[in-house]
This record gives sequence, C-alpha cells and structure tokens, in this order.
Amino acid sequence: MTPRGRSVSGRRARRGAEADRPPWPFLVLAGLAVLFFALPFLGLLWRVPWGDAWELLTAPSSIDALRLSMVCSLSATAISIVLGVPLAWVLARVGFPGRSFVRALCVLSMVLPPVVGGVALFAAFGRRGMVGGPLYDWFGIRFTFSTLGVVMAETFVSMPFLVLSVEAGLRGLDRRPEDAARTLGASRWYAFRRVTLPAIRPALVAGAVLAWARALGEFGATITFAGNLPGTTQTMPLAVYLALESDTGQAIVLSLVLIVVSFGVLVALRDRWLGGDPGAVNG
Amino acid sequence: MANQTPLPDAPTAPHRARHRAALVLVALLATLGLLAGCGSDSKSSSTSATTGLTPTVSGTVNVFAAASLKEAFTEAAAAFEKANPGTKVVLDFGSSSSLAQSINEKAPADVFASADQANMQKVVDAGGISGSPQVFATNSLEIIVAPGNPKEITGVADLTKSGLIYVTAAPEVPIGKYAAQVFEKAKVTAPTPSSLEADVKGVVTKVTSGEADAGIVYATDVKAAGAKAEGVVIPTDINVVATYPLGVTTEAANPEGAAAWAAFITGSEGQAILATYGFGAP
Repeated sequence: MTPRGRSVSGRRARRGAEADRPPWPFLVLAGLAVLFFALPFLGLLWRVPWGDAWELLTAPSSIDALRLSMVCSLSATAISIVLGVPLAWVLARVGFPGRSFVRALCVLSMVLPPVVGGVALFAAFGRRGMVGGPLYDWFGIRFTFSTLGVVMAETFVSMPFLVLSVEAGLRGLDRRPEDAARTLGASRWYAFRRVTLPAIRPALVAGAVLAWARALGEFGATITFAGNLPGTTQTMPLAVYLALESDTGQAIVLSLVLIVVSFGVLVALRDRWLGGDPGAVNG
Repeated sequence: MANQTPLPDAPTAPHRARHRAALVLVALLATLGLLAGCGSDSKSSSTSATTGLTPTVSGTVNVFAAASLKEAFTEAAAAFEKANPGTKVVLDFGSSSSLAQSINEKAPADVFASADQANMQKVVDAGGISGSPQVFATNSLEIIVAPGNPKEITGVADLTKSGLIYVTAAPEVPIGKYAAQVFEKAKVTAPTPSSLEADVKGVVTKVTSGEADAGIVYATDVKAAGAKAEGVVIPTDINVVATYPLGVTTEAANPEGAAAWAAFITGSEGQAILATYGFGAP
C-alpha cells in the first residue's frame, strides 16, 4: 500500500521494480518448463505405495543395490577427479597439436548413447577385447560381470562432466596470482595446490557433483558391459529397471530414493559451494 | 574473471521494446505451433479412421511383441504390408513383462504378442484384450555356446562345470523362469550365474561377444545369432516349450488392422515365416 503521491523517487522505484520483472512470455514459457520437470516427479510421488514403502526400501535387494550404487558412483567420482583434473589442466594450459581432437575424444562418451559406450568398453576391456583379452588370458583379470566393471562404465560416462567443468574454470582464471606465487619462489605443485586449486574450487565441485550424479544414474553402459547381478553389479538404476518387471511398487520406491538423494545433494551443494544464487538471498 | 573487458553498451529503450516484441512473437508462434501440431494430428488420425471407402484394412498397426519375435515379425510385417497396400506395421519389441505393463498403462498397442501365457494373462486380467488370445507359435530352449563349442558342453549338467561363465535372465523375465525350470526337471542344481540379464537378447549378446561361455535361450535366438553362436539341444523331457499367445487389445486404435495382422500370423504365410526362424507350430 503505497501512497499515490507521484514523487520522482517513487517513480524511479517503480521503474526499478519493472526492470526486474521478466517479460510475461518468459514467465509463461519458464512456467511451462518448470511444470514439465515437476510433473513426472509429482506423478511418481502419487504412485508411491506409502504403506509398504519402508518394507520395500529395507528389502535386502534394495539395500544391496543402494550400497553398490554409492560405492561405485563415489569410486567413479574419485577416479574422475584424480585423472580428470590433470587432463583438464593439460587441455586448458598446454597448447599441443591435435588438442581439440583429444578434447573431443575425451568427452565423446558424454554424448554417446550409453549402450554404445558399453559396447565400446566390451571391445577394449572385454574378455575377448583388445586390452581385456591379454589381461584375461595371462593374468585371469576380468572386468565384465565384476564391480570393477561397473566402476569403469560409470567413470567412462561421467568423467567428461568433470573435465569440461574444470577446464572451463581454469580457462576463466586470472593467472596473475599463480604467476606471482611462482615469482615469489613457490614450486609449481605448491602454486597449483595453494593458489590455482582454491580458485577453481567451484568449478571442481560443480564438475564432481555432475559427474557423481551421472555415475549414480548410469544404466546403459553398466548393464551392457558389467551385466546385472544383485550384490555385484546390480546398481540402483538396474534394480529399478528389473523391479519394473515384477514389482512396480519396489521400482517406484527405489526411484524415489535415487531422486531424493540426487536432489538433496544438488540443492545442498549449490548454496554451499557454488557461491549460492544471488536472487535467492531471502528464499 | 578479474580482467576488465568493457561491457557492451546497454540496449537503448527502443531496442529493448523491439526485443520484447520479438520475444512475444516467438512465444506466440511457439504456442500456436504447438496447438496446431496437436490439432492437425488428431484430425488426420480421425479422418483416416472414418474414410473407410474401401473394405480393406489400412492405416498403422502397432504391434507389441516379445523380443524373441524380432526377426520373424520384421519379415512378416514386410509381407503383410505388401499383401495389404496402405498399411504400416509398427513393431515394438521388448520383454513380454515390460510390454504387458506398458499396455496396462495404456500404451498405444493394437496387438500384443507375448512369449508366455503369464504376461498375456496380466493384460487379459486388466481387461486389455478383446476376445481371448490365441497361441500362434511355440519355441523350445537350447543352450547357446560359442562357435565350435570350445567348452565342450553336451547338456545341462555341463553348465555347472567350475570356471564356466554362465549367464541367464532375471527370474522375472520368461526365459529366466524357463531356464530355472529346465534345471529343475533335469534335477541339476542351477549354476551360479555371472549376470541376470534384463532380456533374452542380453544373454545372447554376452555369449556371442565372448564374455560368457553359455546360457539358456530360445532355439530361435540361436538361429538368429547365425555363425556367431552354436546351439546344444536340450532333450524334450527336460525342455520347456514356450507357447506364444497373441491378442488384439481392447484399446486398439485400428482394430481392423489388428485383426488382419492376427489372421496373417496364424495363417499359412505367417506360419511359414515363423518356421524359418525356428518357431514351432502351435
């Protein structure tokens, strides 16, 4: 309730508020987009058999799948960080011929259909594969049908998310503090660890979270390359898929767990690590 | 981030107005396009259904079929379309259980061909089949092994050999259930599988790619794998013969087309095609 006085300052304030308001087509389209994302989840919530939910969730097969999913997705994220950060650094800082070719190669698995990724992993690391063949024949090492295979499949599809994010972070970085540290006698490693790494932390965390979320949801490459065995290679998405065949209730409850976990992490990390959302100061 | 790149000039007021007008236009066009898309779609399908000038079947027939029917139904569809010009058979393959579930969730199927009676019964119980389903084919089981049978598997008992990598399908999938029945009938303890695949094609792929040594699949799958695999016959007394029922759905958008497809499959031409792919007669 503002007085109807037409003071200059009042008009200015109104105009300011108007400038913040998006044009109505934007609101309508954005609203449609939100509905498009929200409705499937609401639909799922609506179908949850709440009465049996706890029993279905604590069934041994659910617990096994949940545990395996956590172990494998976190391992895949850890491997992605250990290998992906150096890769991103090389791609961002070292100019070498064929760099764009190497970059495209390393993020290709992100856009491939996951099943194709699984087939490619077969060809390389399978029991008759290029590398997997000799490993199996000489040392008896087998990746398929093993938890290690799941981690490989998940790493294969999720690492690109981390690489792209960290590379973008490194490219957008002001290099002067790092140069200054070097001038002041810091070793390369020290400067990287104490100056560069803290500066790219938001990009690293964002990339790691995306990679983890992708690994958690991995299905196609996993079932193609690692197979599906409860307790060994049956992660949550595989358990959901097979539960759909027999017990829709269990499939829905497991899906809900995946959604809650992923959603929780995405919400929590956004505010905590990514500097928050400037528009959400009060919300 | 810290380097000071000059910001481009902020758009002036007339600019902004023009931008907004353009946006409104785009939004309107998009909405209209969406509406028009829906409208024309429903109109075209209704006209195609009502312009029944000729008594012959026409239009699209959506067939939901068990994964094991893939090759046979693909050939049968081509023959059907040739015999009935103006028809189009759209085939959707998957495990019978997931197809049954899709149909019960009102997926647009005109015909459902299941690899077992249980999943057909699920649809029948939900009132999804008009009339009663009819058996149109049978399929027996075989052991699928690598070409040349390097592990020298002669029967079901050999599948329990140590060091042998055996894969099967999950117990929810018909082939997984049938394989378990074979071991039961043979009085052999079922081997520990390395993987419980989501459908029968998963078992075939694992063996043809060399990742697994053996699995139990339909005789038709061994035939379909061609030179990439070999089959070991399972004696009739311990074999499980799968019966394939077919039904026209109650929600069929093209019931005439669906009935024509059912008649074609159970007729002599359809049966001949099925036989070339290893199916038995009902």
